[in-house]
Amino acid sequence: MASKTKTTLADSVKQLEKIENQFETLQILNEEGEVVNEAAMPDLSDEQLQELMKRMVYTRILDQRSISLNRQGRLGFYAPTAGQEASQLASQFALEKEDFILPGYRDVPQIIWHGLPLYQAFLFSRGHFHGNQIPEGVNVISPQIIIGAQYIQAAGVALGMKKRGAKSVAITYTGDGGSSQGDFYEGINFAGAYKAPAIFIVQNNRFAISTPVEKQTSAKTIAQKAVAAGIPGIQVDGMDALAVYAAVREARERAVNGEGPTLIETLTYRYGPHTMAGDDPTRYRTADLDNEWEKKDPLVRFRKFLETKGLWNEDMENEVIERAKEEIKDAIKKADEQPKQKVTDLISFMYEEMPNHLEEQYEIYKEKESK
Amino acid sequence: MAQMTMIQAITDALRTELRNDPNVLVFGEDVGVNGGVFRATEGLQKEFSEDRVFDTPLAESGIGGLAIGLALQGYRPVPEIQFFGFVYEVMDAISGQMARMRYRSGGRYSSPVTIRSPFGGGVHTPEMHADSLEGLMAQQPGLKVVIPSTPYDAKGLLISAIRDNDPVIFLEHMKLYRSFRQEVPEEEYTIPLGKAEVKREGKDLTIVTYGAMVHESLKAAEELEKEGHSVEVIDLRTVMPFDIETIVASIEKTGRAIVVQEAQKQAGMASQIVAEINDRAILNLEAPVLRVAAPDTVFPFSQAETVWLPNYKDVIETAKKVLTF
Repeated sequence: MASKTKTTLADSVKQLEKIENQFETLQILNEEGEVVNEAAMPDLSDEQLQELMKRMVYTRILDQRSISLNRQGRLGFYAPTAGQEASQLASQFALEKEDFILPGYRDVPQIIWHGLPLYQAFLFSRGHFHGNQIPEGVNVISPQIIIGAQYIQAAGVALGMKKRGAKSVAITYTGDGGSSQGDFYEGINFAGAYKAPAIFIVQNNRFAISTPVEKQTSAKTIAQKAVAAGIPGIQVDGMDALAVYAAVREARERAVNGEGPTLIETLTYRYGPHTMAGDDPTRYRTADLDNEWEKKDPLVRFRKFLETKGLWNEDMENEVIERAKEEIKDAIKKADEQPKQKVTDLISFMYEEMPNHLEEQYEIYKEKESK
Repeated sequence: MAQMTMIQAITDALRTELRNDPNVLVFGEDVGVNGGVFRATEGLQKEFSEDRVFDTPLAESGIGGLAIGLALQGYRPVPEIQFFGFVYEVMDAISGQMARMRYRSGGRYSSPVTIRSPFGGGVHTPEMHADSLEGLMAQQPGLKVVIPSTPYDAKGLLISAIRDNDPVIFLEHMKLYRSFRQEVPEEEYTIPLGKAEVKREGKDLTIVTYGAMVHESLKAAEELEKEGHSVEVIDLRTVMPFDIETIVASIEKTGRAIVVQEAQKQAGMASQIVAEINDRAILNLEAPVLRVAAPDTVFPFSQAETVWLPNYKDVIETAKKVLTF
């Protein structure tokens, strides 16, 4: 009897090892910008490759400007994005306009490139509701603050698309920390059970604020969590725009063909602090680790790749930088011109029809705010 | 007109709205083939297909989040939480997400979700099934909370809740599901949310109540009548927003009031109702407004339930204190 139990245990350990070892990291461009996996190369035109580079350069500038605007007190809540450009922008680049994005709070770049005007992204940062009044035809929702809540909502959006017979997907983002939440499991499990066209991205940037991914889970990869939900999972080099693009594009294709959701783990790194509200990464990260990851920089390797192909040069880079600075300036000006948010606005957005008790309170605040 | 129990009236309301609006979806744990653990969704999957009436995996937070996502795609979800004691698992989806959707998005998105759920004591459930948690819900701005006390009201209120463009928590008292039948029209009708009903007119005392306690209060009123006290009973039907106008109008007539609820004294709606009465009708009062409620413990194991739950005798006792003040 005892020996039988022992055999069973040994098998289950072996089974886990086998599953974990199957999860390899998809890479197409190495750190030198060389193609190391020709077979996985996505079908992108020269113009598309250039556009993707432009977006990454633009977004790096947007991050730098946002940080300095925050320090000047001209922006509010801000979660830095540098380091995650390939993970964020190449995944969005693989979408179509009709696809719906449910972002976490660091995922503002994706919704900007999906159509949210820049000045509204700034208003979101400043804590003004107009930042979240997504224009008609832009298929996104405002960034989620509760880690993981967007995962289960994405399953719902995707199921809705399936019921309507739409050829589109819902895509959502969280981080390595988010993959510990109950809603993460419920989201991938519900979408799997309904074969809903959803793409679940975990941007594993190694730290949930300060907690390293090793303390987050005993799982060797986050991609393998897909196995328990019975859906495909893949780990990709999140500093490699082409690998991210290829993985998302493939997941999208499967989803719109009725083959259900995919979990994609992108291995990435945020160079900056968790947010601009006083986080100090030197308390939990070493300079060595920072350096190691900066060598993998998504812009550096994609730039090298494009330069080798004769598709990128300094003038093009400078042009994007200048355009970004100009547009950011204009967007801040437009954000400044927005009327201040009032308590009466808040009250009127609570219900479609204002109940009597709120109507009384509305009158009180209307009086207060008119002074 | 048909004689219906409350559970039949609820099924009838769901059927009516599934027929009226192709965007209405009914889902939850065991609501499909099984027709729900109380048979509230009996026959609906067969009639409307699995596309519109479907089972979910066993996860309340998932059910709540799924409803939000479906609403973002233009659907009108009517999820069931199998027992309301399980609501803690779905608190973020309700209070953190649905209730804030309209404000958060500046009116761009909304959550026209109606969460149906059984609750209420007296039927000897295991733990975490029977708790009266309407107060918890009512304290969250952005939600509406409805508790019917009769089959007729259940149908009309549920149709209104489903048609409402904001999230509604629709709480169904388990003891009332099959305790009596009532004539319920087969055609559709609505009862406006936020409007109370005067169940019994009187001139000496106002009893404000809701849910199963409506019936205890009516019984108490009958007993008090025999002793010469004329008692008015108001059934709130919607506890958030509640109909303070009807309450004040009654107190202007009676000058005395008590509030009766099944929830613990520290929970439920009674404290908020008393505070609103003080704000609006203090000069009409001849006596303090007292509360009848359960003691401030967690909901008891079933053997202690009978004494723990407020009943008509407790109502009479408190009513007399106010009547003789």
